[in-house]
Amino acid sequence: MSSIIRVASRVNSSRVVTTCCRRALYSTENKARYYTKKHEWVAINGDIGTVGISSYAQDALGEVVFVQLPDVGRELTTGEECGALESVKAASEVYTPVSGTVTEKNDTAESTPSLINKSCYEDGWLFRLKLSSPEELKHLMDQAAYEKYLEESH
Amino acid sequence: MSVSSSHLFTRSSSSIFDVSHMLQTNVYGKDCISWFESICPVDLKGMAEGTSSLTIFLNKNGGIIDDLIVTKVKDDQLYIVSNAGRIDVDKQHMQETSEAFKKNGKDLSIDFFSITQRALIAVQGPKAASVLQPLTNISLKDLMFMTSTVGQVAGVDCRVTRCGYTGEDGVEISIPADKANMVTEALLQSSDVKLAGLGARDSLRLEAGLCLYGNDIDESVTPVEANLTWLIAKRRRGEANFPGADIIMRQIKEGVSKRRIGIRIEKGAPARKDAILKDKEGRDVGKISSGCPSPSLGGNVAMGYVAEQLKKPGTELLVNIRGKDVPCSVSKMPFIPSRYYVKK
Repeated sequence: MSSIIRVASRVNSSRVVTTCCRRALYSTENKARYYTKKHEWVAINGDIGTVGISSYAQDALGEVVFVQLPDVGRELTTGEECGALESVKAASEVYTPVSGTVTEKNDTAESTPSLINKSCYEDGWLFRLKLSSPEELKHLMDQAAYEKYLEESH
Repeated sequence: MSVSSSHLFTRSSSSIFDVSHMLQTNVYGKDCISWFESICPVDLKGMAEGTSSLTIFLNKNGGIIDDLIVTKVKDDQLYIVSNAGRIDVDKQHMQETSEAFKKNGKDLSIDFFSITQRALIAVQGPKAASVLQPLTNISLKDLMFMTSTVGQVAGVDCRVTRCGYTGEDGVEISIPADKANMVTEALLQSSDVKLAGLGARDSLRLEAGLCLYGNDIDESVTPVEANLTWLIAKRRRGEANFPGADIIMRQIKEGVSKRRIGIRIEKGAPARKDAILKDKEGRDVGKISSGCPSPSLGGNVAMGYVAEQLKKPGTELLVNIRGKDVPCSVSKMPFIPSRYYVKK
């Protein structure tokens, strides 16, 4: 698992150089990710959180073929079901790791769902939200804790 | 390989599926046909030796206990392949009914294969026969859809049946378990065949309009409701002596209130099991029994049950997916044309 994550971030660091300013502004590159037990991650930039699913989750789900994301402006509460990822064999609901108001959703991932398999920590992010209760982050797992959780529970 | 690329490879070339988890059963004895006809609505007497048929175990209410393939090996020998998820139920059903039969002095014995004795692989796709032919002494051009024979595959004595569950041409090969790896490896020497998993098998069978037991059919539905009336053989309708015959014959004559249909969702999320179907006025009219994205067609395919008056292909409906009503329409099945090896 850790090796997949390392490979993913190495690939992404070379991409960041060529991306546009907005992507660079919100890029989660070098930002710490916090994880839920349901395998969503959130990375924080100021008061904006970027949400995605972990490499473990995208691998377990298989090739994502349909993405449904929360609309901009929707207010979400931690743990609320707010979207879904569908593979040929299964549907997986997306739960927000933190509370806040949706500011952006990843239209590119909606139109090209395979991005979530190819780049779950960068181009395949799902949505961004303005955190309403940043203190919730302390209930999430950091990278090391999440990797330990994967080892122990899977 | 992803599920959808494996699915598409099966449709364009061929794939091997390990379906050894299914229950293989041999039945022997001069009364095996009359016993089997006492629990299924199939016309085994009218079938030639070496032919196979899809049929169903029925309960006394006409509900479907399982669907299965029966091969009439000889007048006194049957070979049955039934579902993995129903192994315990099927074994008990066959044992109980055969014990009752034997008490009346009938000649019958049942031999369930365990997975450690016998493997089963399905080779499916337009290139299945050309992949298999160089490895077998069976003449595949003479082995028509739903016929079965024994012969050697890669030097191993196997039973080969021209059938499958993908809508494609293909065979199922029953192999002594300790030789299954060797036979499979021999087949995989061809670049026209790859291993595939049960994810692809599910999307393939759905596109082919074939039922998944436990989803699309179960003990609560009859073959008439399940749009499987064709499984009630003509001779058996006349005799009306299979389990649940009174109910089933009445349904054939008078109709039913719900029917299994195909559903096509051109775009959006796939509908999964238990999603509610609504008419255009928003009234509940049925539900989905299984569904998935369609790798061959794009969009999504599904099966479900709707009120009888809405079963006509082209009927526009809505399906509720995570709170949203998504447009869909009743579709003919199979969703894509079947390509079985039948006489033209």
